[in-house]
Amino acid sequence: MDNVLFGVMPYILLMTAIVGAIWRFRSNKYTWSSQSSQFLENKTLFFGSFPWHYGIITILLGHILGLFIPKSIVLWNSVPLRLYVLELTALALGFLALFGLLALIYRRLTNSRVKAVTSGWDVLVLIILLIQVVTGIGNAILYRWGSNWYVATAVPWMWSVLKLQPNVDLVANLPLITKTHIFNALLFIGLIPFSRLAHFVVINPYKYLVRPYQVVRWYRKGGPTVNIVSYK
Amino acid sequence: MDKCIGCHTCSVSCKNVWTSRRGAEYMWWNNVETKPGAGYPLTWEDQERYRGGWEVSGGSLRLKLLKGPGKIRTLANIFFQPNLPTIDDYYEPFTYDYQNLFNAPAGDDQPTARPRSLITGEFMEKIALGPNWDDDMGGSPLYAANDPNLKGLSESQKEMLTKFHKLFFFYLPRICNHCLNPACVASCPSGAIYKRGEDGIVLIDQDTCRAWRFCVSACPYKKPYYNWANGKSEKCIFCYPRTETGQANACAHACTGRIRFVGVLFYDADRIEEVAKTPDERLVDAMRDIVLDPNDPRVIEEARKQGIDENWIVAAQNSPSYNLFKKWRIAMPNHPEFRTLPMNFYVPPLSPVLHNAKAENGGTFDSESMEFFNSIDKMRIPVRYLANMLSAGNEQVVIESLKKQMAVRLWVRQQRVGDIGDSAAKAALSAVGLTPEEAFEIYKLVSLGTFQERFVIPETHRETMTTVDPRLMYEKRGTVGFGSKKQELVSRQW
Repeated sequence: MDNVLFGVMPYILLMTAIVGAIWRFRSNKYTWSSQSSQFLENKTLFFGSFPWHYGIITILLGHILGLFIPKSIVLWNSVPLRLYVLELTALALGFLALFGLLALIYRRLTNSRVKAVTSGWDVLVLIILLIQVVTGIGNAILYRWGSNWYVATAVPWMWSVLKLQPNVDLVANLPLITKTHIFNALLFIGLIPFSRLAHFVVINPYKYLVRPYQVVRWYRKGGPTVNIVSYK
Repeated sequence: MDKCIGCHTCSVSCKNVWTSRRGAEYMWWNNVETKPGAGYPLTWEDQERYRGGWEVSGGSLRLKLLKGPGKIRTLANIFFQPNLPTIDDYYEPFTYDYQNLFNAPAGDDQPTARPRSLITGEFMEKIALGPNWDDDMGGSPLYAANDPNLKGLSESQKEMLTKFHKLFFFYLPRICNHCLNPACVASCPSGAIYKRGEDGIVLIDQDTCRAWRFCVSACPYKKPYYNWANGKSEKCIFCYPRTETGQANACAHACTGRIRFVGVLFYDADRIEEVAKTPDERLVDAMRDIVLDPNDPRVIEEARKQGIDENWIVAAQNSPSYNLFKKWRIAMPNHPEFRTLPMNFYVPPLSPVLHNAKAENGGTFDSESMEFFNSIDKMRIPVRYLANMLSAGNEQVVIESLKKQMAVRLWVRQQRVGDIGDSAAKAALSAVGLTPEEAFEIYKLVSLGTFQERFVIPETHRETMTTVDPRLMYEKRGTVGFGSKKQELVSRQW
């Protein structure tokens, strides 16, 4: 079972994500975004979207950091006070994200206007996200100092998967709640190209910081290709 | 604006052509507002609330939306926008349950057609707001009294809003201004909005739009609209499939009062930033300065050098917009203080100056005194109000236009009726610096103007475009107004 979940499924879901993303971007770039519903309801959204996004993005960055600089994390954690600071911050951000997510779910369930623009995919995404956040917080509370053992178990497993030599033993003995967290994350990745999660891989906005304010496009053959208006 | 009768023919023709789709029901790319009034969306002119447009801070031009940390603020607020209007600021689109009128079972009462929301499909308790909800409600304490343009008016002028026999109102038709310094373009994190190099039309690339909605917040005129059903922003496309082939856009074509004019303006793009930074009192003049004289040989030469086609140069020379805005100086932009350099120009209304009642009887104008010019600041519509709306508060610009219009009226009346006196009519003209020939030109264009004189729209040279296949051309231009052309594979995915 573990071999299938953590040895085979990662590849299937990663392939789904990559092939699906290429397919959707090429065939239907138009839909590559998240449909905002702030226009229909913006009071509950404030309490949902802000805490959710800032909470989850920071936590996700923490996970990615652990993947790339595991040694530095362990080094940081070698002083107990620094370990407490890291763990407590992460837990607080987890609760922040959970609060935001619950507000968003409540909003989707109760507001009739938001319901009118809710698809089955949206519901699926919310369920997966809720499982992910709850198991994540569960991990942090039940099996303490996750920032340490994450580095020793899941990180090498992820590298073994990426190096095409999956070492299932690394995660096979983890508690059920942690395994759920890991497998659910794989499902999440697989879902990205097929749902509103696509907005998660939108890289355009960084350009906004460097481009001039104004954008001019020419249709004329051999016309100017640069903006005629260049102030930033 | 004197001759706009508020018939909404422009709005309806636009709606029928472009926005009769799901998610776009609430949009009016062209709308006509009663002024004084709260407008559509409610109090759109109040930039303390919406933070649309630009401001000059520390000598540089900055989007008002980006208060504080600048462009970073756009990205920081990407998950929730504090200044975004919601559907309740426009109105919840609705239809009526007409079928009930036919299908209701026999009973003691007349069957009714209850309103039904076009968003949720549920019945609505009551309709709280609709298109042109405050139409003709000139004296309304709820709408007119909340008009942001009323700032700086004296108490007695404000009193006119509520006194029935002193009441004034007029209409303000609005489409996208296709600004020279568009705030919507400048605010788009995706870079989906762009100004077309060839004709200056501002469009939203539907494939690149990622529903961040900053254009809706940043545009001080609130002319980009968010389509809640397909998650894309849309705006007036100046009917480019029509204008590219030399036809008038739908709203202008449909105008029953024949008060709309469409023409080409040449301008100096290098000076946009400088003009947008001009202090309020000189803004309208600076905007007139940036528009170039298409008869100036140097301008023609430079235009040719830039690859502008001959038919565009000829069109610019015959442009009614150029004449009204720059040559005769009687038209002016709407809210130039938003600093987007809007490209729609309005001729301020003369209002009912020829009011019957004598001044001592409470009227605002004494028709026997012939003091036409002096009476302009006693007009029903306070000059202050018009200046707030059309010239960033500069009353002189408005008065100049009103005096010119009055002088042309006097002169034409002298020609047709002859009761003014030749010398008086000529004196009125020379007082505002018009020659009889110019007065006749103005009269000819604004009163008698033929279709060809009102709409001087050169054809775009499609043969020089990157694609010549018309179907691909529209695709390349983004497809606002055409709806999604692609069938979804697995229902809606986003």
